[in-house]
Amino acid sequence: MKADPKGVLTGVHFMDGDHAACEGALAAGCRFVAGYPITPSTEIVERFAARIPKVGGVFIQMEDELAASIAIQGGVWGGQKVMSVTSGPGLSLMMEHLGYAAMTETPSVWVDVQRGGPSTGLPTLPAQADMMQIKWGSHGDYEIIALSPNSPQECFDLMIKAFNLSEEYRCPVFLMMDEVVGHMTERVNIPSADQIDVTERKWTKKKPGEYKAFATTPEDLVPEMVKAGDGYRIHVTGLTHDERGYPAMDVPNQAKLIPRLLNKIRNNVHKLVDVRMDGCEDADVIVMSFGITSRVATAAIDAARAKGLKVGHLRLIICWPFPVALIQQLARTAKAFVVPELNMGQMVLEVRKALADVDRKVKVISVPHPGGTVHDPETILEQILEAAR
Amino acid sequence: MSESLDLHLASVETSLDNPVLPFLRQDRIPHIWCPGCGIGTSVNCFCRALSDSGLDLDKVAIVSGIGCTGRTAGYLNLDSFHTTHGRAIPFATGLKLSNPELNVVVYSGDGDLFAIGGNHFFHAARRNMDILVICVNNFTYGMTGGQVAPTTPVGPTQTTMPYGNFENPFNLPFIADACGATYVSRWTIYHVRQLAKAMKEALGKKGFRFIEVMSPCPTLYSRRNRLGDGVDQVKYYKEKSVIKNGVDTKEVGLGYQGEIVVGKFVDRERPTWLESMNAHYSHHFGDAFQPYGVKNGQD
Amino acid sequence: MAKTEIRVGGLGGQGVILNASIIGKAASIYEGKHATLIQAFGPEARGSACSAQVTISTEDIAYPYVKHPDVLVLMSQDAYNQFAPSLKPGGLVLFEEELVTLDGRLPEGARAIGIPATRFAEELGRRLVLNIVMVGFFAGVTGLLSFESVQKAVKDSVPKGTEDLNMRALEKGFEYGREAAATK
Ligand SMILES: Cc1ncc(C[n+]2csc(CCOP(=O)(O)OP(=O)(O)O)c2C)c(N)n1
Ligand code: SF4
Ligand SMILES: [Mg+2]
Repeated sequence: MKADPKGVLTGVHFMDGDHAACEGALAAGCRFVAGYPITPSTEIVERFAARIPKVGGVFIQMEDELAASIAIQGGVWGGQKVMSVTSGPGLSLMMEHLGYAAMTETPSVWVDVQRGGPSTGLPTLPAQADMMQIKWGSHGDYEIIALSPNSPQECFDLMIKAFNLSEEYRCPVFLMMDEVVGHMTERVNIPSADQIDVTERKWTKKKPGEYKAFATTPEDLVPEMVKAGDGYRIHVTGLTHDERGYPAMDVPNQAKLIPRLLNKIRNNVHKLVDVRMDGCEDADVIVMSFGITSRVATAAIDAARAKGLKVGHLRLIICWPFPVALIQQLARTAKAFVVPELNMGQMVLEVRKALADVDRKVKVISVPHPGGTVHDPETILEQILEAAR
Repeated sequence: MSESLDLHLASVETSLDNPVLPFLRQDRIPHIWCPGCGIGTSVNCFCRALSDSGLDLDKVAIVSGIGCTGRTAGYLNLDSFHTTHGRAIPFATGLKLSNPELNVVVYSGDGDLFAIGGNHFFHAARRNMDILVICVNNFTYGMTGGQVAPTTPVGPTQTTMPYGNFENPFNLPFIADACGATYVSRWTIYHVRQLAKAMKEALGKKGFRFIEVMSPCPTLYSRRNRLGDGVDQVKYYKEKSVIKNGVDTKEVGLGYQGEIVVGKFVDRERPTWLESMNAHYSHHFGDAFQPYGVKNGQD
Repeated sequence: MAKTEIRVGGLGGQGVILNASIIGKAASIYEGKHATLIQAFGPEARGSACSAQVTISTEDIAYPYVKHPDVLVLMSQDAYNQFAPSLKPGGLVLFEEELVTLDGRLPEGARAIGIPATRFAEELGRRLVLNIVMVGFFAGVTGLLSFESVQKAVKDSVPKGTEDLNMRALEKGFEYGREAAATK
């Protein structure tokens, strides 16, 4: 399906990542946002509030992030495409409802403009320290998808992709931004609506009576959907449930439901891998990064190459699910991985985990940073040199 | 008031000629509620209200939080949502705003709506969100085993108030009134006729509507405080209730086993959140604004 | 020059961010170059100090921050005091000469050109257009952006109804800048 032109601000703009993210959501068909202001994400909802009366939809500022993160899910079951937007403390409040969205297979986009933490931390300054929280912060086992833009243009592009993936997999999808990308202004090209593909909700064609809200087939683990008001009389619960959506709190149903919720994503990791690779084929050292750090890493890699080193760059666009197989494949030739990130070492844990199954000895060097600003490219360069030694 | 007390406690009846059956998910009966629990009686009244309302039930959705009362959504043959603890109202807000043709009902417990979810109640009422909120007030946290609730009167023992409760309880109709609800009433499950009628009336109104239903939890609250079984509580409701329609909600606070003021306290008109939004943007943007959620020319 | 790094500094209310944004917009939208604008948020953005960093390049811009600017555009003494030492050797300082007094902190070989932009803005009728005078001045001195590009960027950045005033401010700054560049 093509985008609805009403939501597409076609043209060339000079705008920041927060504004571009909002435009991406509107282009993707988002027509309901419930939010709660928090720096540095607020501009996204402010723009949405200003734009939505002309596009046709609703913005509501809720009383807190608990409310915002569940109101959007009411919005989905009422039939709209939705997102909520937050940072730091707000993200922590949203965790219970992240699990609810995963459990009830409610397609929804969650924007986290990362700032320094923990607690109130650095409200106006960047970090990338929520990477583990979005994956593990709600209780129980669940899977999400997370995309990480490094420019305003990508905030627009990846927002659309986030919406599309949330519909395809019926799961919460994160746009994992950071303060720098959110507040950085660059050229943003918004194409015309007929050049933007949007994924329609997986509406069922079955009739009431034939339809079971959470029934799937072995080939397709994503159930078909309906909305309230269409005569299907569905039941949706965060309790462990059967194919009808009825509470079924026993071991067999748990053993059926939870693996399906995980596998609908895990079985498709190969399809979901989205990375940018530059010179990784014959690299001795591979720098791995995501989000704003990828741009800082590029500066360091250029400097290292100028010294004659063979350095590759693996940048994750989709951070979750983590591309384990790809890393293992790269580890067949590379001698070392250098992992800079604006946290005290989160993604590097996943890299080490992936490499645990590789019989070659591969060095992994973490380049942590407590946040508040980006790395100095020099720091990354030093670690590349160290890795190449 | 001639019904026998037994009939009041019939909970969700399952006999074939029961007129409420079509409103229930029959494949989910038996339900989880204890014998003598008042929640089922309230649900019976709600089914009668649905039946009498003449509403297209495909367009009625029910949202519950977590708790014994929170299980209600799962038993009703409507589009039904069992959400998280305390968050039924914001979920209902999203549901209503994204699909305004739905008649959205929140059905939940006193702890769910006024402890963990209290803030949402205040704000939804303030905004005049167009939903009906039915609170089954059993003065305790039933689902988790009888802890103190924000409605527990001073005096009775709860598991987390082992020497008797010393906290002041909320007066729920007063809160709803003060926050701007368009309709506020309280009945007990002794008053099945009045309750069903109030539910029907509230279903037909617009804006943030609130009904408090006093209901026994014989298993925990009554037993722990030696108040007898469900029948004894209904006897108490019968003896101590006074109907005072239109009374100032300040006057209707509940003491431990004291007088129970029931009736319709508030019935007024205020523009709903969506009506206010549409009116405001129509004024601001003129013809460039297409009112949201309004079918051509109607409403 | 393939890449130019610019720091604009001044006081809140002077239109520092708008100034930087117009430079970035002219470069990226109207000249097809790459431009990245970073505004200072956070503790250092509170109070009255205000600054922005713009990188303009013919190639992709990776590292978005400006550490050692090629050009400083300064509208307050505080901004001068803070940023002058960071100027690249041989860099250019464009300053509002009634608001900024130069001293020994400028790195050696720096080229500094002042403009009485506040006075020009007042003569045009509104002190507020100081920042647009400075945009014109920047374009005029550096030759980095064509007058047409900057003109377009100003037009779609200023409030409706103020275009004429802003155009005059831009022209004034641009002319002054061109002459100053030729003579100083
Ligand atoms: C976030 C969270 N905290 C605590 C609980 C545990 N819990 C479940 S129901 C409940 C209280 C329910 O009380 P009430 O709303 O009065 O419902 P009742 O069971 O009395 O009908 C609590 C505390 C929970 N499910 N979620
Ligand atoms: S515990 Fe109390 S409230 Fe819950 S079902 Fe039993 S009687 Fe009803
Ligand atoms: Mg209760």
